[in-house]
Amino acid sequence: MNGVTVELASSLAERQGPAPEPKDRLEEPVITAEEFSVFYGDNEAVKRVSLDVPPRRVTAIIGPSGCGKSTFLRAVNRMNDLIPGCRTEGLLALEGQDLNAPGVDVVTLRRVVGMVFQKPNPFPKSVFDNVAFGPRIHGVRGKPELTETVEVSLRRAGLWEEVADRLSHNAMALSGGQQQRLCIARALAVDPEILLMDEPASALDPRSTARIEDLIGELRADYTIVIVTHNMQQAARVSDLTAFLYEGRLVEFGPTDQLFTKPRQKQTEDYITGRFG
Amino acid sequence: MRLSTRKLLDRSFSGLGVFAILLMVGALLVLLAPIAARGSRAFVFRATVEHRQFMLEESGRGDHDAIDAEIRAAAEVRRKAYDMIARFEEELEAAGRSERRELRRSLREVKDHLAGLLGPAPGNARPVLLRDQYGQTRWDRALVGLGDFLYVTEYDYSDPSGMGRPLLVPRVDGFRGTSLEPLFAYVEQNLERMLRPRLTFYWRFLFDEGRDAHFFGGIWPAVLGTLYLTIGTMLIAAPVGIASAVYLAEFAGEGWLISLIRTCIGTLAGVPSIVFGLFGLAFFINTLGVSDSKSVLAGCLTLAVLVLPTVIRASEEAILAVPKTYKEASLSLGAGQGSTVLRVILPAALPGILTSVIISMGRAAGETAPIIFTAAVSLGRPLSLRQTLSQPTPALPWNIYNLCTEHEAVDQIRHVQYGMVLTLVLLVLLLNLAAILLRARLARRLAG
Repeated sequence: MNGVTVELASSLAERQGPAPEPKDRLEEPVITAEEFSVFYGDNEAVKRVSLDVPPRRVTAIIGPSGCGKSTFLRAVNRMNDLIPGCRTEGLLALEGQDLNAPGVDVVTLRRVVGMVFQKPNPFPKSVFDNVAFGPRIHGVRGKPELTETVEVSLRRAGLWEEVADRLSHNAMALSGGQQQRLCIARALAVDPEILLMDEPASALDPRSTARIEDLIGELRADYTIVIVTHNMQQAARVSDLTAFLYEGRLVEFGPTDQLFTKPRQKQTEDYITGRFG
Repeated sequence: MRLSTRKLLDRSFSGLGVFAILLMVGALLVLLAPIAARGSRAFVFRATVEHRQFMLEESGRGDHDAIDAEIRAAAEVRRKAYDMIARFEEELEAAGRSERRELRRSLREVKDHLAGLLGPAPGNARPVLLRDQYGQTRWDRALVGLGDFLYVTEYDYSDPSGMGRPLLVPRVDGFRGTSLEPLFAYVEQNLERMLRPRLTFYWRFLFDEGRDAHFFGGIWPAVLGTLYLTIGTMLIAAPVGIASAVYLAEFAGEGWLISLIRTCIGTLAGVPSIVFGLFGLAFFINTLGVSDSKSVLAGCLTLAVLVLPTVIRASEEAILAVPKTYKEASLSLGAGQGSTVLRVILPAALPGILTSVIISMGRAAGETAPIIFTAAVSLGRPLSLRQTLSQPTPALPWNIYNLCTEHEAVDQIRHVQYGMVLTLVLLVLLLNLAAILLRARLARRLAG
């Protein structure tokens, strides 16, 4: 065992709260991928990936740049539809339902599957309007109802104390870390079941990163979280399960502590010990 | 490259830029200063008692008693001149026949010029034309009239190879030794007391109707017509243009039809405006029959077609400049494409879109050619909103063109022409200023 693995193991030990032991095969998986592939034109970005994401756990997807981890994530709420020439093969199912079936309503899907992006992307509106955006889109009109949703969402995202007196201020005036937590609050306000996070802390400073990671730990109790990250320490700190993707293929998938301490595959070991990537 | 050489190069490069900007500012000043100086004379000038009398009699403005007193005081001074003419006419009866004919013709000229300065002589019938019913209303024009009264312009043809040289011959020379001789000196010395010029701020120039082919009054019908045309144009062009831009930027995708449409829009932006004018006449009036003849509505439609390419292009740019992340965020929250466009993309693109709309407004306000055949007439009354559907209107750009090319006596009313030019320039300037301020405000609100 070399130095990096030791460091990772110690950061695993420091992780907040008791790590819930994944009770595999007992819970119905929320997201199921079977031989799932994504193509950009002729280029196969995700290659025949099969994995099951259990409910109310944090599942991290790690891998070097260009390994298809973001593409896989964006397939879950079908954000890849925006990219011309993008198509899928195989099965990606949400609670047993094929996401790419012809009858699927993308709008409903995205209500259930919220997303947080790499760069904080609040709308150039007030803090309140940002969080209230989703509920309003989905037909909530009453002011007291909106106010409550906004407060609850902001509290969940751990931002309420900082912005309670600034709800009418423009969200662009917040700091980067606050903006990202605002984006999380905005995603929570539509009451999703699944939260996709595409490198949510990679554009933030260490302190803000720590706050986001704490937040993920708190949200784990209520949401199924899938997080894509570059940062292996982060994956080790926040996730229960980790999937390692390399060149579009799923190399290894399993409980995080096991994957980081006793990887079954040589490639995984090379990657987490920093021999490549 | 050595550091000193690079520094020198950098400095000369930025110097060149500063020079270019200074040159532009200078050119703008050279252009705008005369317009401002001459145009302001339509608003601020030395108005004579005739101006005040006109205002009182035609629009009931001013202090009745004070103006009456002024008119009486002026008439007192004028009477002496008319007395001299009457005495001379008596004298004329006694003169020889041929001499009489010659003098009578000269006398008629004298009387005409005097009437031009002071209005019709007392006791004469009221002239038909409004402009003959009053003397000079402006002191600057009165001084020109005084020159014509005092001097006859003759031409010296002694050099057969060139054009005749104008010579000013004092008119008094024709009346030496007669009782009319002192009249000229009297008028020259007492013109100020006859006309009583006073510095006047005639702000109503903007809001008065023009009378007698712009000899009197203001330019309100043309200003109102320009406002109707500009606002009407934008009411048509802005929704259509923004909707097209949204479609092209957000929904159209790629395809030969779409690229053909884009090419057409680009080409349309380069078509000369007179072609749009003829198109408007042929299509909106003759084919569609939106009105029997020229109308504000037809003009608005034509101008809308003219500015559409600009609005579409600029709005599309503004929409494409909205960060993709906004769209992603909105879609990821379960918003449909329609509500994403309405609630996220359009608000964020609003500053750019508004800028394009307001710059197009300036364009629509200033265009002449498209409205020649579709909307503009040289004289007319202010229209009501309902009349704009069927009636043509005066409009500033067309009236300026019309005054300087077709007016019978534009020399006498240059101040009106320049007043119109100044008003139009200010109008366009105001629109652009509004655009800049609005853009800055919105951008600040979006940036937080």
